[in-house]
Amino acid sequence: MSAIRSPAPAAAGGGVLSIRGLQKAYRPGQPVLRGIDLEIAGTGLTAIIGPSGTGKSTLLRCVNRLVEPSAGQILFEGQDLARLKGRALRLARRRIGMVFQEYNLVERLTVIENVLCGRLGHVAPWRALLRRYPQSDVDHAFDLLQAVGLDESYANRRADQLSGGQRQRVGIARALMQRPGLVLADEPTSSLDPKTSVEVMALMADLSRQHAIPIVVNIHNVELARRHAERIIGLSGGAVVYDGGPDGLHDEHLKSIYGGEDWL
Amino acid sequence: MAARTGSEAAAARLPPSPRVAFAPNWAARAGWVLLALYVVYATGQLEISLDRVIRGLENAQRFLGRMFPPNLEADKLELIRAGIVESLQIAVLATAAGIALSLPLGLAAARNLAPPWLSGAMRVVIAVCRSFHPVIVAILFVKAVGFGALAGVLALIVSTMGFVSKLFAEVVEEMDPGQVEAVRATGAGFLNVLVMGVLPQVMSRFIGLSVYQFDSNLRNSTMVGIVGGGGIGAPLFTAYQRFDYDVVMTILIVIIALILLCEVVSGRVRRVFQ
Repeated sequence: MSAIRSPAPAAAGGGVLSIRGLQKAYRPGQPVLRGIDLEIAGTGLTAIIGPSGTGKSTLLRCVNRLVEPSAGQILFEGQDLARLKGRALRLARRRIGMVFQEYNLVERLTVIENVLCGRLGHVAPWRALLRRYPQSDVDHAFDLLQAVGLDESYANRRADQLSGGQRQRVGIARALMQRPGLVLADEPTSSLDPKTSVEVMALMADLSRQHAIPIVVNIHNVELARRHAERIIGLSGGAVVYDGGPDGLHDEHLKSIYGGEDWL
Repeated sequence: MAARTGSEAAAARLPPSPRVAFAPNWAARAGWVLLALYVVYATGQLEISLDRVIRGLENAQRFLGRMFPPNLEADKLELIRAGIVESLQIAVLATAAGIALSLPLGLAAARNLAPPWLSGAMRVVIAVCRSFHPVIVAILFVKAVGFGALAGVLALIVSTMGFVSKLFAEVVEEMDPGQVEAVRATGAGFLNVLVMGVLPQVMSRFIGLSVYQFDSNLRNSTMVGIVGGGGIGAPLFTAYQRFDYDVVMTILIVIIALILLCEVVSGRVRRVFQ
């Protein structure tokens, strides 16, 4: 029906992301990422921790190419994302959901319109303009709203009327609306209060297992990461300095990640 | 420790130099002085004097006296009605066509959406549209397509494009890039990003600009008639030239009423699209 519909329905569940030798320098000679090698598969949360400015956001944004990597490979579902252009890049992005620190909902659209934004990679522009989304998408959007803990009465509220926690729930629903093989969450709790942060992290961990989608989370709060993530990656100076379970993360690792020890 | 008390004692002896929170802006001060000097100079050049103002007031009094009472003869009213209706039509047509063209033009001129070569070219187009007063553009179109409302409509389309697309491009450049980035990250194509990421953010401002421009077009549509662009302008100008000041008065009252009415309506429209 529409030219941008993919020929085969996207596979359910998550894929494997493997990053090889990823480098990024915004200015030549000053690399932010110095050769990252990572393999992310299965389900559950993978938390990336590290000091500000160490390239956590850059790493995530290189994956869906909101930032252009300087060198290296990003293999996902049989393609090297680092090399894709134009239409091929758009088709690959449809399989990668993203959750943002400032939620990045379209403020003047309603909650349900924001959730349906997750289908924009599949829906023709005239359908989006006239809000004529396929009924299956609309049904799925309502299901996801419920899954993130917002009842139907929120559907037609405008996004700018919601609290931070509610907005982030809508952001998560939008990411899942893509039926993604991978979700990237860039500091999803940094703008939220402690209680809401815990709720949002728990929600993402649940949804990751239910939908069998790996979720990669950048996070500043080490305790939250320990509590909800199944795997923690410590980034420092643009390189991986810890990669393992939350139980194996000790004070000496945190010292090497963040530097100093007075804060511990 | 001893050195520090020594310097504190020295500071106590000297009057403390006040700390400056607001540094003087000498460039701005110089600018104001130059402006004042120029106003004095220009006043002298143009032979503006109180004496002439006072003599002028007498003329104005006689002129205003002849305006009352307004002329309400049936044939004059019929002429005015036809002119006003045409002016209104010119304004509506020019606004509709003008904003339809301004939407793509403004988007293409926004530097955060369009590539530099395109936004640069569109900015030149907009600058050309804005260069001339609508009456001057109307003279060009009267020469090109002949007397009548068509010339007026075309002239006002040009000025609508100049105004709306320039300000609209600025609105688009001020939008929140995060919301657009999020829509782009879903794999949406350019048109879908436009429809769901950009337009929701800028549409209410665009409608506000369009309504304002309709006000402005209504006022300008009463002027393009003076140079042959159709509408109420022609009867108004003729009445001036024939010293029928009472007819002029009637026309002015009708125009004022129309503008006020339009003000009320546009206020309502803007509130609906908030």
